[in-house]
Amino acid sequence: MAGIITRASSPPPPAPATSARAATAEPAWIRWLLITIGVGFLVFFLLLPLVAIFHEAFKRGVALYFATFQDQYALHAIRMTLTVAAISVPLNLLFGLAAAWAITKFTFRGKSLLVTVLDLPFAVSPVIAGLMFVLIFSTTHGWLADPLRNADIQIIFALPGIALATVFITLPFIARELIPVMQAQGRDEEYAALTLGAGGWRTFLTVTLPNVKWGLFYGVVLCNARAMGEFGAVAVVSGNIKGRTSTMPLYIETLYFEYQSAAAFALASVLSLLAVATLALKNFIEWRAARARFKA
Amino acid sequence: MSITASNINKTFGDYRALIDVNLEVPEGKLVSLLGPSGSGKTTLLRILAGLEFPDDDGGGSVSFHGVDVTRTTAGKRGVGFVFQHYALFRHMTVENNVSFGLRAKPARQRPDKAAIKARVRELLQLVQLDGLQQRYPSELSGGQRQRVALARALAVEPKVLLLDEPFGALDARVRKDLRWWLRKFQEEIGITTVFVTHDQEEALELADSVVVMNNARIEQVGDPQTVYDRPASPFVYEFLGDVNRIDGLGPAGVPLYIRPHEIRLCFAAEAPVARSARVLHLFAAGPTARVTLKLDGSDRPLTVDATREQVDDMALQPGDVVGVQWPGQIERAAPPVS
Repeated sequence: MAGIITRASSPPPPAPATSARAATAEPAWIRWLLITIGVGFLVFFLLLPLVAIFHEAFKRGVALYFATFQDQYALHAIRMTLTVAAISVPLNLLFGLAAAWAITKFTFRGKSLLVTVLDLPFAVSPVIAGLMFVLIFSTTHGWLADPLRNADIQIIFALPGIALATVFITLPFIARELIPVMQAQGRDEEYAALTLGAGGWRTFLTVTLPNVKWGLFYGVVLCNARAMGEFGAVAVVSGNIKGRTSTMPLYIETLYFEYQSAAAFALASVLSLLAVATLALKNFIEWRAARARFKA
Repeated sequence: MSITASNINKTFGDYRALIDVNLEVPEGKLVSLLGPSGSGKTTLLRILAGLEFPDDDGGGSVSFHGVDVTRTTAGKRGVGFVFQHYALFRHMTVENNVSFGLRAKPARQRPDKAAIKARVRELLQLVQLDGLQQRYPSELSGGQRQRVALARALAVEPKVLLLDEPFGALDARVRKDLRWWLRKFQEEIGITTVFVTHDQEEALELADSVVVMNNARIEQVGDPQTVYDRPASPFVYEFLGDVNRIDGLGPAGVPLYIRPHEIRLCFAAEAPVARSARVLHLFAAGPTARVTLKLDGSDRPLTVDATREQVDDMALQPGDVVGVQWPGQIERAAPPVS
């Protein structure tokens, strides 16, 4: 998470002009080799696949590309993905704020455990995460099978299951972004607000939140990107039923294996555009945050 | 408003930050809590502010003007608190920082916008920063930030002003200026003030009364002159000002503490009642000369503040053997050295 480090620390001091340069200079061929490796890697593993997606998507013509979005299953998958993101991002926003607040502003028993557990979704394979929810909520063999069946609640192979799995997978993103920002700021400003007679809620809204807003936006952007793109966990809990529980990543896979590669890539291009837009937004936020730091 | 803290105990986990601390701050006085880091002075200040609370069991009590406020939260105590690093709201302008406390008041007590603006102006004039309303904290110098923090704390008309290391983050010159400014300021508005510092010079020059703290306890309370001249414990002696410690010279073999200016130098030949010492180093700055000596029978260097004239009269050079004596201790001096 290099992003955290750069934003938590102050901007690097300007490099002293000539002496440092001489000390750190490598022979020209090493520099060129490193640059070539770096750029080559980027082109081969990132740029080329991205170009390939758009190339494949438009290969059979623009008409076919747009025809993909007439398909009711594709539209349903897009709607599903947006719905899942709309559910999981706000939930994680609440959780992330609460967790980061608790971890950075209070001392309590089990704090380090909470910090460790926060990383669990990064450590566990998404497929395992999906299976975990099936094991708990399945109406046929889950731990809660009987009560769920009696209450006629369908979680697995339905929207709630997909949302649950997505929330789990994206759990760390916002909290992880906020913790270092909040830690760097300490508690003094909140204490100051307290001595000036402000209540907890007012302090949160007028002091804490404005101080972490860029970190928060950044976390939301990353969380959203992952929520829309999640495949493994969602594949397990959703059952991938076309037109009912299929999300964009799942439907892309379905299309691909049904040899509808133009449609698959058309849909993939939408997801890729979302990713590119996310990155652009992320850069914009970093730029604004850097400016805000310079200013305030 | 006077402050009384009785039998304050505070523990953090296993760590005892304050042990049976009793403190009385008379109305309108400027009191300094002085001690090394970890002595509990900041914890005591925060307990006075209501940012920390004494232990639940036998933690003691805090009262303001006779009214118990032990469990009252900071916002309801009517204290102004200036934090060590000022804790200005970094995303707010100076104006919004200063008016924060006024804007946070419940609707019925809140002044209207124009009144708030006028009050901010008045406060900024008081701290000599009028005109900087629209600046952000990052656009101010350290000294300016500190005065904004002060104005912000004063906006809610506190009865008590508490400052945590108010000059700690400033460079030496600004520190001295602000020190006098604060003293004058405090006298003018007559607010009961407590400030924390680890700088003995700051405490002695500024405060009406100095509270010396060490290891979670109060070692001594007194006006600066008393604390300096008649330290109640070896710790206070060593912490306040330069002092020589001579082992095994006091009654019953306890160390003797003597300030450098209390020691007199004489020629070794006149030394029937003095101890002899060898001059190690001489340095004269202004009218005083600091002489470092090696006292016979002691490993610690002994420092003496003599007048420059005396050093010249005696024509002292490193390596000379001289006699040293100090008032009241002469009868305990070692036998003469030839």
